[in-house]
Amino acid sequence: MTYSTGEIWLIIAVLGAGTFLIRFSFLGLIGDRPMPPLVLKLLRFTPVAVLPGMVAPLVLWPAATGGAPDPARMIAAIVTVAVGIRARSAIWGIAAGIGTLYLALWVFAIR
Amino acid sequence: MTSSTVKSPATSAYWAGVRDGSPFVLMAVPFATLFGVVATDAGLTVAQAMGFTVLVIAGAAQFAAVQMMMEDAGIAFVLLAALAVNLRMAMYSASLVPYLGAAPLWQRALVAYLNFDQTYITSVARYEARPDMRLQDRVAYFLGVATPITPLWFVMTLVGILVGSAIPEAWALDFIVPIMFLAMVSPMLKSLAHVAAAAVSVSVALAFVGLPSGTGLLVAAAAAMVTGAIVETWIERRKA
Repeated sequence: MTYSTGEIWLIIAVLGAGTFLIRFSFLGLIGDRPMPPLVLKLLRFTPVAVLPGMVAPLVLWPAATGGAPDPARMIAAIVTVAVGIRARSAIWGIAAGIGTLYLALWVFAIR
Repeated sequence: MTSSTVKSPATSAYWAGVRDGSPFVLMAVPFATLFGVVATDAGLTVAQAMGFTVLVIAGAAQFAAVQMMMEDAGIAFVLLAALAVNLRMAMYSASLVPYLGAAPLWQRALVAYLNFDQTYITSVARYEARPDMRLQDRVAYFLGVATPITPLWFVMTLVGILVGSAIPEAWALDFIVPIMFLAMVSPMLKSLAHVAAAAVSVSVALAFVGLPSGTGLLVAAAAAMVTGAIVETWIERRKA
């Protein structure tokens, strides 16, 4: 790394300010002014539109295996989703997913 | 106001948030520690690494920025890449407006500072499940979710900087994040429209995985939201 101290602090300051402005953007500017029904309808899908796409590449091509598909991680992902939907609970999904991950890693390691 | 031991609704909403945010400690501890280790290895001082964690407070963007700084990328590229990783949070910001838009400006600013994946998803899931929540309860709940995560994120970064030893690979920590995100989003797949949106999100994100810095994810998210809205409208028309 060859940046000067000032350059490093510049990066940190701009990233901090920029990230805050991204997070504040709509919440800060719109406030309680009403939004069009179509926009509200689109926004209701934000969580299910962002997270699955964010996670999918990590499930199929995990960085820890150098991008090679890993059966243990894939099984853990499937169990997490199945339990999360069935139990309607993130906590149970997390517990089942992590339990399955370690069990599957252990099973595949001794084979 | 007869007794101070009686919890006001806002107080109980806050503690419900603390409870629901607690599992993310599992995620914050190893990743904050790891960031401390990586930032120190990259050559950042204690103050700089802590500055990153406290001012930016977004794990994925912090790692992306430090990674590019280790490669001596141009400053503009470091900034663009890390900010692009965070652009999904503009969607989070917009989607919180119907729930929190009427809160005082300072509360909205505080929520914005603390608006990352875990606090956002957990809170929106609660707001959706309980449409009759009062405004101050919603704010209290959001701050409650952030309470177990955020201070620990700061402290464990410092521990990583000072102790600075890598975490054994056998712990498969890389996969704790995907599991947590999948577990958070699965209970929200409550209609055909939500399932269709998620399916489009996955397909488009995988198709555009080669695009730099999460831009593929933004395209995927936009396509998925449109899909969800179209399917929902279609179902409503068929019912009518």
